[in-house]
Amino acid sequence: MNVSGNSPARKLVYWGSHYLMIGAFVVFALFPLYWLLKVSVTPNDILYTEGVRMWPSRTTWENYFFVLTQSNFPHYFLNSVIVAGTTAIVTTMVAAVTGYSFSRFAFRGKVIIVALMLITQMFPLVMLIAPIFKILAPLGLTDSLTGLIIVYTAFNVPFATFLMQSFFDGIPKDLEEAAMIDGNTRFQAFRRIILPLTLPGVAATLGFVFTAAWSELLFALMLVSSESASTFPVGLLSFVSKFSVDFGQMMAAGVLALIPACAFFLLIQRYLVQGLTAGAVKG
Amino acid sequence: MASIEISNAVKSYGAVDVLHGIDLDIQDGEFIVLVGPSGCGKSTLLRMIAGLEDITSGAISIGGTVVNELQPKDRDIAMVFQSYALYPHMSVAENMSYALTLRKTAREKITDAITNVAEILGLTALLERRPKALSGGQRQRVAMGRAIVRKPQAFLFDEPLSNLDARLREQMRTEIRKLHRRLGATSVYVTHDQIEAMTMADRIVAMHDGIIQQVGSPVEIYDRPANIFVASFIGSPAMNFLKGAYEVAQNGTAGIRLTDGSFVPVLPARGATANQAVTLGARPEHIAIAADENGENGGIPARVELIEPMGLSTLVHVSLAGNPVKIFTLDRPDFAVDSFIHIAFDMEKIHVFDTETELRLPPENEPHGPQTA
Ligand SMILES: Nc1ncnc2c1ncn2[C@@H]1O[C@H](COP(=O)(O)OP(=O)(O)O)[C@@H](O)[C@H]1O
Ligand SMILES: [Mg+2]
Repeated sequence: MNVSGNSPARKLVYWGSHYLMIGAFVVFALFPLYWLLKVSVTPNDILYTEGVRMWPSRTTWENYFFVLTQSNFPHYFLNSVIVAGTTAIVTTMVAAVTGYSFSRFAFRGKVIIVALMLITQMFPLVMLIAPIFKILAPLGLTDSLTGLIIVYTAFNVPFATFLMQSFFDGIPKDLEEAAMIDGNTRFQAFRRIILPLTLPGVAATLGFVFTAAWSELLFALMLVSSESASTFPVGLLSFVSKFSVDFGQMMAAGVLALIPACAFFLLIQRYLVQGLTAGAVKG
Repeated sequence: MASIEISNAVKSYGAVDVLHGIDLDIQDGEFIVLVGPSGCGKSTLLRMIAGLEDITSGAISIGGTVVNELQPKDRDIAMVFQSYALYPHMSVAENMSYALTLRKTAREKITDAITNVAEILGLTALLERRPKALSGGQRQRVAMGRAIVRKPQAFLFDEPLSNLDARLREQMRTEIRKLHRRLGATSVYVTHDQIEAMTMADRIVAMHDGIIQQVGSPVEIYDRPANIFVASFIGSPAMNFLKGAYEVAQNGTAGIRLTDGSFVPVLPARGATANQAVTLGARPEHIAIAADENGENGGIPARVELIEPMGLSTLVHVSLAGNPVKIFTLDRPDFAVDSFIHIAFDMEKIHVFDTETELRLPPENEPHGPQTA
C-alpha cells in the first residue's frame, strides 16, 4: 500500500502522526537521561528545597569536579573501560569464528553444541554466582579484572555467536566459494571477502557486548571485593552510604559513565547505518 | 587448457547417494553442457570438479592430474555462478583482477588483461563501478570477465543465464559461444534449459537422478535419444508418447498396435519381439495432418482440442483415443476445435521404446552408435 501517494492532506496527517509517535517515544526514552543531567548540575543545597522543577535556578559543576578529583571514580572508570573493551573484542572475535562455522559447516555434534549454548542462556545468573566463585577462587581470579573478563566473555559468547551467525547467514555462500576458486584458502576468503561484508554485524556485536559488560553489576559486585578491581557500576554504589545518598555526585558519575558508551556507538554507527541501509550483499 | 576425466565419481550426503558413479571424459577445448531436471545432481558434479564438494569415491582429473585432494585454489579453474557472486565491496575492475592479484601478477600485466577483457565484454565504461550499480546483464558480464582474465585450465558455468530475461539470455548464449570459439577453453556448462543445451553444446550430457542417461552431440541426442527420459526432456514442444504392442507381419513389416486398436507402421526395431509392450515416441514435427482418410500412411482419426498459433508455425493439440498428442505444422490449419482430423506418423522418424526398460529400440538398419544408457 502506498500511503504517501495520496492527497497532500492525508500525507500530512500520515507523516504528522508518524513523527508524533516517534517524538513521544523519544521523549519517554530520553527523559530519565535528562533528569540525570539535571540533577548532576543541581547544587546540593537546593536539591531538596526547590521542589520538582524542570531546571534548577542555579547550576554548578562542583559534583563533576568532586567525582573527578576527590573520589575513586576515575579508577573505577578505567577498570570498566579495560573490562568492557577487552570483553567486547574477545567475545566478538570468538563469536565471529564460531558464528561462521555454525553458518557454513555441517559437523558432528553441531546440534548438541547449539543446544548447550542455548541452555546456558536460560539460567538466572544469580544461581551461578556461588559455583563460579568456587571455580575462580582457587585460580586466583576473584577480585581481579581478568576474572571478570573471563566470566563476561563466557556469558556473552553464546548470544554474540547467534547474532554473528545470523549476519553470516545473510551473506551468500557463493561469495567465499568464488574467492576460493579465485585463489584464496577458506580462511583467506573469510578474512578478505566475508569479514569486510560483515562489518555492520561485527559493529553491532561489539556494541552489544560492550554495553552489556559496561553496565554489569551483579558479578562485579560479588566477585570483586577490593577497591582496586572495582568497576564503575560498583563505584556508583559507593555514593550510597548508610545514612544518605549523594544524588548529585552519583548522577555526575552516571553522566560521565555514559561518555564511553556514546563514544563507542559514534565510532561504530557508520557501520550500523550501513548495515541498515545497504542491502548490498544480495541481488 | 586441459582435458577433464571423471571416473566412477560418487557423491553421497550421509546415506543418500546423489551421484551414482559418473564416468565422463571431456576433451581439451570442448564445450560440454550438463543438462537435466532440477535436483538431478548437475551442480553437485560441477562443484566436485571445482573442488567445492568432496568426492565420496571415484576420481576426477584435470589435465592428467588427479585433483581429488586439491583445494579449489590449486585446480586452476574458473567458475561463473548463477548468482554471479561478485564481491560487493570491490569495483568491477577489482572484482576481475582479484584472482590475478592473489597470484602476484605484475601490475601492468593485470591492467592490460583487464583492459582487454573489459573491451571484449563491453565493460570499459563500468570498471570503477560497484556491482550494486550494475544491471543484471552487466553483472553477468563482469562474472564472465572475472573468469576470462585468469586464462584458467577450464571454465565451469552453473546456470549462468537463468537470472536474465529471455531476450538477454538469448543474446548471452550466442556471446558465450563466440567467446568459446575465440578462447577455445575447455568448458563445462550446467543448465536445466534444454534449448541452451541444444544451441551451445559440442556434446550434451543428459542427466537424471544422479545418473548419466546419454552423452552425444545435440543432433545425436535429439534424433537418437537413448531412452524415454532423454526423448521427453530434450525438444520443445516435447515428444509424444503412446503405449501399445509391437507387431510383425509375415512380410517383415512391423508396427505398433495402439491401445485403441489403431495401427502405426514402424521400421523393424532391433531386439523387439511380437506382442512386446512398447511405447511409440513421435516428435510433434514428425506427425502429419493428412488431408483425408486416404492420406499418406493411412490416417488415424483424432479430435482437435486446441490450436496454438506460434507465428511461424502452429501447434495443434489433438486427442488420439484419449491420449493427448501435439502436432507441429507450418501450414495454417483450416479446421476448428472439436472437429476430427486424420494424422499420420512419419515411419522413418518415429521411435520405438521398450515400455518396461524405457530404452529405445533402434531400427535394425541404424548403425550401432556410441550410446550411454
Ligand atoms: N548439502 C546437501 N545435503 C544433502 N543433500 C544435498 C545437499 N546438496 C544437494 N543435495 C541434494 O543433491 C541433489 C542434487 O542437487 P544439485 O546438484 O544441486 O542438483 P541440480 O543442480 O541438478 O539441480 C538434490 O536432490 C539435492 O537435494
Ligand atoms: Mg543446480
